[in-house]
Amino acid sequence: MPRAFTPKVVTANALLEGDVVYLTEDNRWTRDLAEAELLTDEAVAEERLLDASRRQSEIVGAYLADMSAGTNGPAPTHFREDFRRTGPSNYHHGKQADALSEG
Amino acid sequence: MYRYNDFDTAFLAERNAQFRAQVERRIDGSLTEDEFRPLRLMNGLYLQLHAYMLRVAIPYGTLRSAQMRQLAMIADKWDKGYGHFTTRQNIQYNWPKLPDVPDILDALGEVQLHAIQTSGNTIRNVTADHFAGAAADEIADPRPVAELLRQWSTDHPEFQFLPRKFKFAVTGSPNDRAVTRAHDIGVRMIRNDKGDPGYEVLVGGGLGRTPMIGKVIRDFLPPEDLLPYMEAIVSTYNTLGRRDNKYKARIKITVHENGLDTFRDKVEARFAEVKPHFSGVDQEILREIEAHFAPPAFRNAPTEAYEAERDANPAFRAWADTNLSDHRAEGYAIVTVSLKKHGDTPGDATSDQMRVLADIAERYAHDELRISHEQNVILPHVHVSDLPAIYAALRGADLATANVGLISDIIACPGMDYCALATARSIPVAQEIATRFEELKLEHDVGPLKLKISGCINACGHHHVGHIGILGLDRAGVENYQITLGGDGTEEAAIGQRTGPGFAYDEITDAIERIVRAYLEHREGPDETFLMAYRRLGLDPFKAALYDDAKGKAHAA
Ligand code: SF4
Repeated sequence: MPRAFTPKVVTANALLEGDVVYLTEDNRWTRDLAEAELLTDEAVAEERLLDASRRQSEIVGAYLADMSAGTNGPAPTHFREDFRRTGPSNYHHGKQADALSEG
Repeated sequence: MYRYNDFDTAFLAERNAQFRAQVERRIDGSLTEDEFRPLRLMNGLYLQLHAYMLRVAIPYGTLRSAQMRQLAMIADKWDKGYGHFTTRQNIQYNWPKLPDVPDILDALGEVQLHAIQTSGNTIRNVTADHFAGAAADEIADPRPVAELLRQWSTDHPEFQFLPRKFKFAVTGSPNDRAVTRAHDIGVRMIRNDKGDPGYEVLVGGGLGRTPMIGKVIRDFLPPEDLLPYMEAIVSTYNTLGRRDNKYKARIKITVHENGLDTFRDKVEARFAEVKPHFSGVDQEILREIEAHFAPPAFRNAPTEAYEAERDANPAFRAWADTNLSDHRAEGYAIVTVSLKKHGDTPGDATSDQMRVLADIAERYAHDELRISHEQNVILPHVHVSDLPAIYAALRGADLATANVGLISDIIACPGMDYCALATARSIPVAQEIATRFEELKLEHDVGPLKLKISGCINACGHHHVGHIGILGLDRAGVENYQITLGGDGTEEAAIGQRTGPGFAYDEITDAIERIVRAYLEHREGPDETFLMAYRRLGLDPFKAALYDDAKGKAHAA
């Protein structure tokens, strides 16, 4: 029996800034996890990752991160991805601050 | 302090120009990340969780005020206004952007700093006792030796692709403040029975996945054999060290698997080969380097102002009691400036704080600053009559925390707030523990206690040698914190023992408090430190405090 596939998003770090980005359905890189494309089919996910990894002049180190379907888009299932989505806990830096300024 | 010669300056400028071109080629797409990654790592540029991170070497932790000011300028201009000082006496910038890095490296080059060999399987920044040249107990200043090793190892053609990274530490004092026993090679400057100076050489120490205490490979190495012998050790390791498994690639495993005697025999054989190639130039260079480290002109001045301030100002007295150490010159003291204000991030300094420290060093402390592996800043040469003014300046910059050597003087690695390798957070754990003990007003009663936290098994936070060590792990997708007790990073180095099951993120502070309360209950008196009590009592009373009561049981993972 095939094991159940945990949904994924394609994520990476932006080449210039180094910050966390996610792949959207229309092939943009977004800073906002809520906008990311949630991939529920393993074969599709692998293909999306392969395509994304070729975009060497935009990003670094693309990989598939486990997510669940949340009410506001994909939601991390592991604390590491939760921190990547937010930023460090000791300072109001990273995405938590960027979200405000973009707000 | 060592200053670059023309060769050093030209070499650095060329390396920076090369890297600038490499960054350009990465950005315009002509280099892939696979091609670029080794190049950026050779220049200290990592990619972490939320951003790039630039690790800048501070050789043996020594800085001039102009260098500290430049570090502050870089923090303001290209980062977020602060820097993080590490257990390797380096500074890390957590938010540089790739296109800015070549400019940052040029700015560092202006003050004779760089980020070369702060990554990769090379010989890393050579660290040394942060009290070097100042400590009352010192036999000799270790920095000339550290500088010689730095020059020899920088861009050493044979040692750019070692099996794994390689770390040196040097101490010139019998009281080891440089954790030499936890380094790949530790060099201890000693004197033999006849009073001749030489070196005791330790090999194969290290923390990480397989912690080991360094072993003595030569108990007395004559001064002129230093470089050839170091060359022989690293060269032997370079051919013998395992490259099939990165967890077995450090020299500690090479020594362990081959046995110290076999390893020593091979080193001695290699030494016989390389020694004739050292014509003595290295010793001439060492003499020149030593001249750079001539002690400052200490002054003879009255000390009444210091005594008067002690009597008049209890806050000053408390600070002086914890943050000063004995200086070799009469009327002088070594000041440790705590970067561990309760609730703040251990080892972080804002650009404003860096400038205040630079100003103080320039005005009162012979222009010298040190970064300690305990993530504090040292003013090595201060006349005690200047201490009241220094204390006031530190207070104004929020740098006067009186906790050096106490439980809130925590070493914490960046952990999962920044580090891509982390399995759990360490910074907020440190913040909460420090805040707890501040609220309890207990830490001065508790006395000397070294607490060290790492966010993964790599042990950058030195948890194995903490009197209390905390290791953050990922247990089935949840942060879990393992406790070790009885570690020691000094000349009596020891690896801490695990207490048992770990604790959840929201339980670890309570667990540490229970350990400390158990110590207070069981100690023979205030003179028996935590470590002494642990050595007398063993783990049992602490295990009982951690796990026996119902609460402890319910919480044990
Ligand atoms: S110990 Fe682990 S988490 Fe901490 S800095 Fe080192 S590699 Fe990163």
